[in-house]
Amino acid sequence: MTAQALLTIGFFVVVLIAAAYPLAIFVARIADVSPIRGVAGTVERFLYRLSGVDPAQDMSWPRYAVALLLFNALGALVVFAVQRLQFWLPLNPQAFVNVSPDSSFDTAVSFVTNTNWQGYSGESTMSYFTQMVALAVQNFLSAATGIAVAFALMRGFARRGAPGIGNFWVDVTRSTIYILLPLSLMLAVIFMSQGVIQNFDAYKDARTVESLTYPDPKLDAAGAPLKDAQGNPITEPATTQTQVLAMGPVASQEAIKMIGTNGGGFFNANSAHPFENPTPLSNFVQMIAMFLIPASLCLVFGRMVGDSRQGWAVLGAMTLIFVVMAVVANWAEQQGNPAIAALGVDQTHSATQAGGNMEGKETRFGIVSSALFATITTAASCGATNATHDSFTPLGGLVPMWLIELGEVVFGGVGSGLYGMLIFAIMAVFIAGLMIGRTPEYIGKKIESFQMKMTAIVILVTPFLVLVGSAIAVTSEQGRLGIANPGPHGFSEILYALSSAANNNGSAFAGLSANTPFYNSLLAVVMWFGRFAFIVPVLAIAGSLARKKRIEPTAGTLPTHGPLFVALLVGTVVLVGALTYVPALALGPVIEHLQLHAIH
Amino acid sequence: MVRTSLSLFDSKLVGPAIADSFRKLAPQTQLRNPVMFVVYAGSILTTILFFQALRGMGEASAGFIFAIAAWLWFTVLFANFAEALAEGRSRAQAASLRGLKQTTSAKKLELPKFGSNWVPVPATDLRKGDYFLAEIGNVIPADGEVVEGVASVDESAITGESAPVVRESGGDFSAVTGGTRVLSDWLVVRVTVNPGEAFIDRMIAMVEGAKRQKTPNEIALTILLIALTLVFLLATATLLPFSLFSVDVAKLGAPVTITVLIALLVCLIPTTIGGLLSAIGVAGMSRMMASNVIATSGRAVEAAGDVDVLLLDKTGTITLGNRQAAAFIPADGVTEQQLADAAQLSSLADETPEGRSIVVLAKQRFNLRERNLGQLEATFVAFSAQTRMSGVDIGGREVRKGAAQAVRSYIESRGFAFPAKVAQSVDEVARNGSTPLVVSDAGRVLGVVELKDIVKGGIKERFGELRRMGIRTVMITGDNRLTAAAIAAEAGVDDFLAEATPEAKLKLIRQYQAEGRLVAMTGDGTNDAPALAQADVAVAMNSGTQAAKEAGNMVDLDSNPTKLIEIVEVGKQLLITRGSLTTFSIANDVAKYFAIVPAAFATTYPQLAALDVMRLTSPNSAILSAVIFNALIIVALIPLALKGVKYRALGAAALLRRNLLIYGVGGIAVPFAGIKLIDMMLTVLRLV
Repeated sequence: MTAQALLTIGFFVVVLIAAAYPLAIFVARIADVSPIRGVAGTVERFLYRLSGVDPAQDMSWPRYAVALLLFNALGALVVFAVQRLQFWLPLNPQAFVNVSPDSSFDTAVSFVTNTNWQGYSGESTMSYFTQMVALAVQNFLSAATGIAVAFALMRGFARRGAPGIGNFWVDVTRSTIYILLPLSLMLAVIFMSQGVIQNFDAYKDARTVESLTYPDPKLDAAGAPLKDAQGNPITEPATTQTQVLAMGPVASQEAIKMIGTNGGGFFNANSAHPFENPTPLSNFVQMIAMFLIPASLCLVFGRMVGDSRQGWAVLGAMTLIFVVMAVVANWAEQQGNPAIAALGVDQTHSATQAGGNMEGKETRFGIVSSALFATITTAASCGATNATHDSFTPLGGLVPMWLIELGEVVFGGVGSGLYGMLIFAIMAVFIAGLMIGRTPEYIGKKIESFQMKMTAIVILVTPFLVLVGSAIAVTSEQGRLGIANPGPHGFSEILYALSSAANNNGSAFAGLSANTPFYNSLLAVVMWFGRFAFIVPVLAIAGSLARKKRIEPTAGTLPTHGPLFVALLVGTVVLVGALTYVPALALGPVIEHLQLHAIH
Repeated sequence: MVRTSLSLFDSKLVGPAIADSFRKLAPQTQLRNPVMFVVYAGSILTTILFFQALRGMGEASAGFIFAIAAWLWFTVLFANFAEALAEGRSRAQAASLRGLKQTTSAKKLELPKFGSNWVPVPATDLRKGDYFLAEIGNVIPADGEVVEGVASVDESAITGESAPVVRESGGDFSAVTGGTRVLSDWLVVRVTVNPGEAFIDRMIAMVEGAKRQKTPNEIALTILLIALTLVFLLATATLLPFSLFSVDVAKLGAPVTITVLIALLVCLIPTTIGGLLSAIGVAGMSRMMASNVIATSGRAVEAAGDVDVLLLDKTGTITLGNRQAAAFIPADGVTEQQLADAAQLSSLADETPEGRSIVVLAKQRFNLRERNLGQLEATFVAFSAQTRMSGVDIGGREVRKGAAQAVRSYIESRGFAFPAKVAQSVDEVARNGSTPLVVSDAGRVLGVVELKDIVKGGIKERFGELRRMGIRTVMITGDNRLTAAAIAAEAGVDDFLAEATPEAKLKLIRQYQAEGRLVAMTGDGTNDAPALAQADVAVAMNSGTQAAKEAGNMVDLDSNPTKLIEIVEVGKQLLITRGSLTTFSIANDVAKYFAIVPAAFATTYPQLAALDVMRLTSPNSAILSAVIFNALIIVALIPLALKGVKYRALGAAALLRRNLLIYGVGGIAVPFAGIKLIDMMLTVLRLV
């Protein structure tokens, strides 16, 4: 643990809150259902007229849910279709062929669910048209969907005896044009200033100083890679002094990838690629961007329910877990690898070297910015990576995995982090409320059996998908084929993949060959239900809460602001999160850690 | 009746409870409790595995599987025992009630009036609408309403109060309860309920828990417990494939056994609260009963914990029943003694407590002796609703006393003026929370008698306690605003409703409910019935009318209006006990993981022993110790479940901090010590 690490984490939190606070004031206005008058609302009004939407209509929760599901199903179809047809579509200078059906399916679901799990490699698979029209558009819309659900839940708490929870079309439209588009535009410009590329050029050849020998994948007549019986690509050695530099409209996509907590990289190397994330400054901005909307939505929540302390309490709980996890990850990575230490390699931190475990990390980011980035991208359900999580030390890798398994509620995805955390808050107040001798209530709303039923579904969905999915993967032949590493690390890879998909994170322990029909289908199903089997009960809670009366707090009401509630919320998240996954984690990263240190 | 206090593990209760624990092993009984059903299924499965092991095909040593299976059965039995014990206690209370239901014979009247012919019939033959006669020494055969007569009745069988009460036709004291005894005179009573529906029958049914349904909060908690059970079912069930895979890649050891997985599952699911949940509910009803309150549903008991507003009648609850004369305030040109003399004269024949107190005060202050109205040749003018005054006529004198308004219109109608100074005194007295009575003599206003309400001792502290609990107290009184405000200030209530009419009460309750608050009130009169029906927690006085009892959802056998406060505490205690044991149950899992996970995979990954912070003897002893702890903790917590977690009148935050520390942090720490201790004992006894 270095002073630099502590300072970076501290500075990050300060900048984050300084940026999130003003944004929250603005977003609270967007969340308000009253129309935006004058010039500012022109585009919005035009879009409603064009699509025949009545923005004044208030939707009941089932209606809201149906609109949301239809909208996202349609989005998935479009993304699927564009990938399957990209060869005949414009903006394809590299003449990429149509993407395989299972990969297209997986990617379509992945981008619609805000997971952005990528089984493919962007620069060798997707045309610029696919990247922009299919993937980037869903980056916006999946984030907007998350914000819409968060708005709906906030209204559930804020309204009294109301039949509806807002209008899905209005929420998605407004989130996109007032929040996501302007922020993306600003970010894209900042990224370009740092050297992120933005063009439609064909890929460029560069002549390297040394000649390089590498395994070249064999392609069939259609240009798709040939695979052996195990599904691994067939390669033959090749020598070259030419490096192909992939091009593309990267900055525009990079912006929404971060601000929408999508995480799907333009390039396979994601934020480790110099054209996606060239400088320490761009790296810092990317880290802030991932947490910006999730953090500000907490404060919007406080404002909407008329008590800003409520928002600060939720944000406080998130920040507390995040800081602890960031410190652990940094500490674990800075410790280095005992196996390498045993060889007499100096891994200590000094003026001349970063020290620690540098495997799989970019030297321009080093230990601190890599470990912090990994913590942030998994705390938020972003999934962008600037280092290989697979190469982290066992404990350093446990942090991202566990943050995902907590349910992506530590800041979490745009919108989804807040609504996920509020579900935990409902659970926390339910038990705590009983402990003070009252029917539990949160923000003046009584928590009764219907809300508990929906909460039960929500807390069951992801463990079910992760654990049963992992069990299927380790039991089936096709599942085991994808494992690259022997021993418990292979298990960690599978557990990570399923956790990442079910919780809509999208990052991966590389090492698992997941672009196979088996994993593409399994993960697509897991992602879809991980997203929507979670959202529908949340909307049901929102609808049922909106109908309730709101009780004014008295001295007998459990205060849901202040340190006691923060501790209670953190305790609930950690206990429920930990208890579900302890046995599985024990067989993965924990035993890896113990073995590594026992051997050396 | 409920005076018989039973010690927790009374041998009279324990024996039948043990028998019941085995009776409750029937699958249909077990299915009612999903959490314990999982344990039940686990017990059966491990028993089968044990027999398999006996035939030499076991996955582990038969002894180990037997030990696990046995302790899983104990876990189920202990939970059954807790429930059986709680029910046994309730049944004991109900039995004492049933003693009242002796087969009495009734004197059924042919005509609904005294002196009509009667025929002896068994009490069970009386139907709604029948009339019966109850004479001195008779046990009243059924619930009913007095239509004729006045009698003193011994209701101690129901209320435990030995002083007899007066029951008479009309008014608020017309209801009689079956099982009580007439001590003097006679009553003609109309039967108001059919056999089996009588008040006492409902009490027995409630107390026995025969009709006990899950309360809303209990249902919500059960849902949460089922969800947690399913999560842990997933976590343990998937461990089998994970373990098979691990054995495969580590090329070491054997996969985790089904026995160990079941042990892990049972330890993780919330068995502590699952096993005690139903006992807590039964015990809650029982505790209500112990404070002599009969709730008509568990829902009402639970709602009592949630109450935010208490509506309390001033008289009898906040103040001692009667107002007493405290001062004479004469008009100009009148001496205090003249006023006292006239006031005493007007009160000589006034048998109301207020009237008596004036005579007493006059004697104290001026040594005025009681005079005899007959000797004075005076005529007593009784209080009437029209004049709202009482007094005497002696010769030419017309001495009157009454409310200021009444005396003013009486004086002014005779062409005299009402002195401004007296009007001022009236206001002053009223502002002090006392009741002014104006005394006049033949058109001349003599002055004001101050009648003071005496606030009960200790009531102010009680209200302060309620305020800390977040409960608002509202005083209901028929007095005018000024009087009400002064008493409210003296008693320390948060708000008051003055000049309360039944309509105003109803409106006030609705208004609070519209703000989302839960309202509790007590009442006894028929005119309270609408408000009682509207209130969320409505406690009818047992001495009250049948209408009031029907409208309420609780009946206080002691007819003590202050009881409302105790009722709220019992309700809160019920919820706190549930919440605390849930927290404790979940927090326990941390230590169990540390015990079981390293042990379960000991053969594949011996390095996991680093997680065994308790340094348990062997993998088998670790697993067995966790299972034994899990079973014994249920027994250890039975007293807490039955008695309830002690409620303290603290603010919500302070209370939560306290309970979180005890049951949350304690719940994490206790099993570490407990499991280690059991492991040491098993080792010392060479059982593992």
